Amino acid sequence: MSHPATWLRRLGHGVIESVWRLGFAMRFLLAVLRFSGVVFSRPQLTAREIYFSGALSLLIISISGLFVGLVLGLQGFETLQRFGSTEVLGSLVALSLVRELGPVVAALLFAARAGSAITAEIGLMKTTEQLKAMDMMGVNPLARVVAPRFWGGVISMPLLAALFSAMGVLGGWLIGVVFIGVDDGAFWSQMQGSVDFRYDIVNGVIKSFVFGVAVSLIAVFEGYDSVSTAEGVSRAITRTVVTSALVILALDFVLTAFMFRGN
Amino acid sequence: MSRSTIDLWVGIFTAIGIASLLFLALKVGNLSSANLSNTYTLEARFDNIGGLKARGPVKSAGVLVGRIAEITFDPENYDAVVTMQIDGRYHFSRDTIAAIYTAGLLGEQYVGLTTGADETMYKAGDTIRQTQSAVVLEQLISQFLFSKAAEGEGTK
Repeated sequence: MSHPATWLRRLGHGVIESVWRLGFAMRFLLAVLRFSGVVFSRPQLTAREIYFSGALSLLIISISGLFVGLVLGLQGFETLQRFGSTEVLGSLVALSLVRELGPVVAALLFAARAGSAITAEIGLMKTTEQLKAMDMMGVNPLARVVAPRFWGGVISMPLLAALFSAMGVLGGWLIGVVFIGVDDGAFWSQMQGSVDFRYDIVNGVIKSFVFGVAVSLIAVFEGYDSVSTAEGVSRAITRTVVTSALVILALDFVLTAFMFRGN
Repeated sequence: MSRSTIDLWVGIFTAIGIASLLFLALKVGNLSSANLSNTYTLEARFDNIGGLKARGPVKSAGVLVGRIAEITFDPENYDAVVTMQIDGRYHFSRDTIAAIYTAGLLGEQYVGLTTGADETMYKAGDTIRQTQSAVVLEQLISQFLFSKAAEGEGTK
């Protein structure tokens, strides 16, 4: 066990370091926003990033959504059966997906699947001094490399979350109606009776948009701020996934507290 | 600028995303059945609304005829004012009783409208005069307990 003073010093260093990085990240966000005109002036770049982070995530998102829906259908039926109210299975599945699981799990998957790739790409570009070379040639790396990746992520996230929820509802329907035999009409009408467009679906989309901004910012920032060694890039990727997960769950709590007060 | 394969994939991705949003809005949500656009308001005063919530259903004969728009407390009469948006297709006679019921044992509470035989109808902005408050389980239980206790006192 080391001396308490060393301990304290390390703790203080850690706190100052994280606050410093947070401030830098905020300034970085503003810089990215300032150079976001590239999204309109060169849409090809952003389209390419939407392809890499959005279109290539279609498969994992839809399969995970389907399985989450299947599990919700089974677990929900198991619990509701005790109260003899299995016909509300539809609302249970739809509300859990649209309000919570869709945005949150899709964002977690997105951070692991696309966020890590963005960090690795930018980190490696920095390590091999491509970013510096661009700067030399008078090409702003924030506009050419960072902004398209950021906006590609922000645009993809709500669409992926919606897909996740839709697949989940289909999964719940598959288990509840097709396999177990809950009444088809009751399943959908209970769902439509309790899921409100403005209150549930729009709030879910807003959530996933916020998660998209957070995950994309963390991913591009960790890549841009990585230490230019093999170890530094690998650490940056780990940090992207870990920080994204924590930020998503914390933000989810805050947003839920604002949106769903249960009145 | 020319088309590329990536554009096709981005198009597929965007189409799938928007299709899921539409699916959520129309099939999962109530956007398609939210045809309560042509509505009028009615008010009802209750001594106790129990667990009634804004946006809850208003039913007559079990059919959804409107939604609860707002619940406020009247500090002068010390009762609850429930404002309801009623579907414009339906009109209710002036001897309608508004009561608060519970759907199922653990279900949500709703306002049930039971019409009478009066010829004149409530107009927009009217207040329903005959109301019946929610049944509060605790009151029932405590009444039961007190009556039991009183019985016990008597036999001693």
